[in-house]
Amino acid sequence: MNSFRGFVIKEFKQIYRDKRTLTVLFGMPVIMMVLFGFAIRNEINSAQIGILDLSKDEVTRTITEKLEASESFQVKAYLRSYDEVENLFRKGDIKEIVVFEQDFKEKLVREHTANVQIITDATDPNLANLVQSYTASIIRDYVKELNTENQVQQAGINPKVRMMYNPELRSVNLFVPGLIAVILMLVSTLMTSISITREKEMGNMEILLVSPLKPHHIIIGKVLPYLVLSVVNVITILLLARFIFNVPFQGSHLLFFIESGIFILAALALGVFISSAANNQQTAMMVSLAGLLLPTVLLSGFIFPISSMPVPLQWISHLIPAKWFLIIVRGIMLKGSEFLLIWKETLIMGGMTVFFITLSLKKFKVRLQ
Amino acid sequence: MNIIRVLLRKEFLQVFRNKAMLPILFVMPIIQLLVLSFAATYELKEVDFALIDRDNSNLSRELTAKFQSTDYFKLELETYDQKAAMGAMDAGKVNMVIKIPRDFEMNLKKGAQAEIQLLIDAVDGSTAGLIQSYSASILNDLNLEKLTELRVLSNSPEVREAKTINIIPQNWYNPDLDYITYMVPGILVVLVSMIGLFLSGMNIVREQEIGTIEQLNVTPIGKSQFMIGKLLPFWIIGMVDLLIGLALARYGFNISFLGSLTLILVVAGIYLVVIQSLGLLISTVTHTQQQAMFIAWFIMVVFILMGGLFTPIESMPGWAQDLTLANPVAYFIKMMRMVLLKGAGWAEIQAMVYGLIGMGAGLLIISTKRYRKTNH
Amino acid sequence: MRKGRLTVAEWAIQTTNLTRKFGDFTAVDNISFEVEQGEIFGFLGANGAGKTTAMKMLTGLLIPTSGEATVSGRNVYTQAESIKKNIGYMSQKFSLYDDLTVEENIRFYGGIYGISGEILLQKINEIVQATDLSEVRKTLVKSLPIGWKQKLAFSIAILHQPKIVFLDEPTGGVDPVTRRQFWEKIYEVADQGITVFVTTHYMDEAEYCDRISIMVDGRIDALGSPQKLKEEFEAPYIEDVFIQLARSAERGDG
Repeated sequence: MNSFRGFVIKEFKQIYRDKRTLTVLFGMPVIMMVLFGFAIRNEINSAQIGILDLSKDEVTRTITEKLEASESFQVKAYLRSYDEVENLFRKGDIKEIVVFEQDFKEKLVREHTANVQIITDATDPNLANLVQSYTASIIRDYVKELNTENQVQQAGINPKVRMMYNPELRSVNLFVPGLIAVILMLVSTLMTSISITREKEMGNMEILLVSPLKPHHIIIGKVLPYLVLSVVNVITILLLARFIFNVPFQGSHLLFFIESGIFILAALALGVFISSAANNQQTAMMVSLAGLLLPTVLLSGFIFPISSMPVPLQWISHLIPAKWFLIIVRGIMLKGSEFLLIWKETLIMGGMTVFFITLSLKKFKVRLQ
Repeated sequence: MNIIRVLLRKEFLQVFRNKAMLPILFVMPIIQLLVLSFAATYELKEVDFALIDRDNSNLSRELTAKFQSTDYFKLELETYDQKAAMGAMDAGKVNMVIKIPRDFEMNLKKGAQAEIQLLIDAVDGSTAGLIQSYSASILNDLNLEKLTELRVLSNSPEVREAKTINIIPQNWYNPDLDYITYMVPGILVVLVSMIGLFLSGMNIVREQEIGTIEQLNVTPIGKSQFMIGKLLPFWIIGMVDLLIGLALARYGFNISFLGSLTLILVVAGIYLVVIQSLGLLISTVTHTQQQAMFIAWFIMVVFILMGGLFTPIESMPGWAQDLTLANPVAYFIKMMRMVLLKGAGWAEIQAMVYGLIGMGAGLLIISTKRYRKTNH
Repeated sequence: MRKGRLTVAEWAIQTTNLTRKFGDFTAVDNISFEVEQGEIFGFLGANGAGKTTAMKMLTGLLIPTSGEATVSGRNVYTQAESIKKNIGYMSQKFSLYDDLTVEENIRFYGGIYGISGEILLQKINEIVQATDLSEVRKTLVKSLPIGWKQKLAFSIAILHQPKIVFLDEPTGGVDPVTRRQFWEKIYEVADQGITVFVTTHYMDEAEYCDRISIMVDGRIDALGSPQKLKEEFEAPYIEDVFIQLARSAERGDG
């Protein structure tokens, strides 16, 4: 037991002494949280638009003022003719041009309807959609007002929308669970695999194997510091999310930590597996980053919804442990899901974990022979 | 000049002889391009919804049919039990619940408001937003139809006087709102950046670790010759990768290039130098490959996230948008999109190009100063 | 022992109170010595005594903290790059590229020193013949046994005909026979007038040198021909001289 303790202490010391890597390991979750909390989102903060008013009457001016007043928009250009549109778009900053047709007010009064063209620079379809729907809702609000003013009851279908679980549509609520998964993968898988392959590269592995330490002692010793680090990271992210970004946590903390524990084990096992297949650090790093981390970020539903992907990619996403973890964590944090709701996903994730652990132990032992 | 040739020869020999390296250099970027392009989309493909229809009228049935006739809305569950419907959403089985109250059709015919409730799973805010806007436009169309019918048939002044504004959307450059067209140029930037940053930076650190760098420091080789010898091979490889990527974009994804390819290649060349200089700088402050890789990766992730690849720069708060000015990745992504997708020319991008040149020069100067053949 | 030696007025290497500190730690402490052209000068000392640091200062890899030194008459502070044109260097790790072949390594370093074209091809053939590596000229260096790597690294170090060649522990890890053969090569090279500055911790190799110095704790505690030192310390072998000095040492595994 003494030799094991000594081994673990050495591991902790080595990690602690590498200040540069340590800074990145601790700093990264914090910086990521800041980025995803404040900067990376799909809401519009301030999009530049232009207005082409071919009518220039009361109505169009009122609507224009509403657009100017909106926090989401900055009206940067007032066009005089249609020809200017292309130039503005090409310059790159203006994302939308709102075009009021001629005799707008008259048409509205006489024919009860008038046309507004919303021309978007759709190179970014997501942005175009957002900008367009914001603009449309401002215009529709105006119509409501107009009708109420004229004491005309708003007839017609009136949809009342309620956004569940995340009423303010905050992107940060979506991202935090994914961020936890990504950080865990990074620390547990990447760092573990590098740590073990480094021993191999330096030739220390042989010394360890000849010592009274058993193989599983070595693995546990290698893995333990990163387990601790992972837990610290998760708690850091949660605290930041909860207290600085007001991300809700509706469900059970205990359940959350149990599920995270399972996921961490899966990530660690993958790290061990990669290290037994790789001969040097460079390979271990490339495989961990490109082979594991990248798919996790892209295909787990972290940023992009899985349902939007083509079917073959959706199948592949089933194989990624993070995908199941995200469903579970989002369920717990945002929906307040109890175990009954997520037992299926837990089972799948647990199964993967057991599979990876068995696989990595086997591979590790074989390598030793 | 000869010395650079000698250095290049050695680097290329080493790169191509490294069996593990070749797929990483040429195959991986292509796979990443394909996967990324297809995965990075918010396009709505399927929205499963639950229906609670307490009206059971012609109108409500017409409404339901209208939703289902689209390619994406699918009726998964029909029930009168609110709890069951919400449970289905909790479990992730449906994204939306449509609740139609009892007097729906009657209200509309009367000329009053006909309310309908849409409960949308908003865990993913942007998908929820899309679901809402698609639903709104379906309902709006239906509304317009019905009102027009009513106006003709009805005598009620309220109905006759109701105003509507017809919103006509027009999407330029990408009428189908195709995400791939938008993502691919940006993804190409990312790929080229990874090669430029990682391989250059790690290469130097590796020689430091092995010790061959000492042998080189003892020779009369000049500092600039050494640096060019280290950067040029990967600059060439990076450009080759970019060309392959562009070819794939053009002929594989069928994206039309509106602007000048030459312009893009010139900008790419400059951009690669900037990124490589960054890698160089990182290699002068780290001691091990692991550290170099880690720091480089971290910086790249931040640059990419803040570069407007996945989420628009317009969504960022003011301070973040300002930071973009120091982000070379953001510049190149913007230029790629402007030139390739909108046909922008030199006039529109020259300010950004000068910015890149400035960054490159700065980084090169700092890293050259830091790199010493003779240590103090 | 060797026969024949050229003597010239100019020193190959000359140092006066050469010192290098790293913070509070003085790695090289005021060493002063001269090396004649064409000499084989042995730089002995225990591990950690400061040999490698001293050598780095002489090869232009490290700037001294204080003191003076010239190599081929050139100042190590101000003419480091000029020094590098005229010296050869073989490091402890041999510094060959494992993933290049024998030929490719020679071609590379030859090119670095400005040799090209016909002359370079000739050189490659010469070296390959002289080192008996014709059979493996197209083999990757990483598969060569250590003794062959040693030969190759040495040939590459003198490929551009430098006036001085610095060898840092060149015989580490090889058997005595191979070591002996290596020293034959060193003699050949010295006979051509090239100054050889070699560090080693093998005491028997000291006997092969014209003069040696022994470093202890950063200082030079002994300087002279092997014969002279043995007399001075009343020791039958250089090893005993070394042990006597090392007993008083604070650093290293002496």
